[in-house]
Amino acid sequence: MILTLLMGTIFLTQIMLVVAMAFATFRVLRGPRAQDRVLGLDTLYVTATMLLLTFGIRNGSILYFEAALIIALLGFVSTAALAKFLMRGEVIE
Amino acid sequence: MNNHLADLPAWAAIPAALLLLAGAVLTLIGTVGLLRFGSFYQRVHAPTLGSTLGIGCILLASMLVFSVLESRAILHEVLITALMVVTTPITLMLLARAALYRDRSEGSDEVPPPPSGQDARASGTPQSQSGPDGGQAV
Repeated sequence: MILTLLMGTIFLTQIMLVVAMAFATFRVLRGPRAQDRVLGLDTLYVTATMLLLTFGIRNGSILYFEAALIIALLGFVSTAALAKFLMRGEVIE
Repeated sequence: MNNHLADLPAWAAIPAALLLLAGAVLTLIGTVGLLRFGSFYQRVHAPTLGSTLGIGCILLASMLVFSVLESRAILHEVLITALMVVTTPITLMLLARAALYRDRSEGSDEVPPPPSGQDARASGTPQSQSGPDGGQAV
């Protein structure tokens, strides 16, 4: 009973996170300007981190956590680099 | 695949389920805002709902489940929490500042012009920002 509840909740959570990722992808593809696309990409990274954590809870494995940590780190670096590029026209000067 | 979650007692499973659901709903609301708001400066606010409280709820659920399953404190999720708390304001502030700079340099009437007394400072902000950012001398 409790197991069914938990598995159903995890399934529902994954569905919602995938819908959220679809919305963010729409903003990346259809953003009117470049900063909207970067914002959508940042949201995509955060949501992917959460989806991986949910997979980790479902499968009972710590490995997913490390992938989620790496995605969170890369998301920060890439968004900061893209914002710098938008402002200055180059990343490393 | 289900047998490891079957060991979870009800007093831990129900809060974990509620936390997961809360995190997912918050993230979904944030991305709906990202989809529906009108201008970029409104859209910047929406996804932070997911990147602060949403990911916080899911990390709490993960800590709860793994701590109860292995009957010791599993706390490495705090790493992601700390990372998110530190990096989300930095990235979004950089992004909003870049958008403001771009809009002002195009002469867009959607953003207010720089205040007259701060003209030099507003245009000098990117330059003074790049020193500590890139770690290089300008």
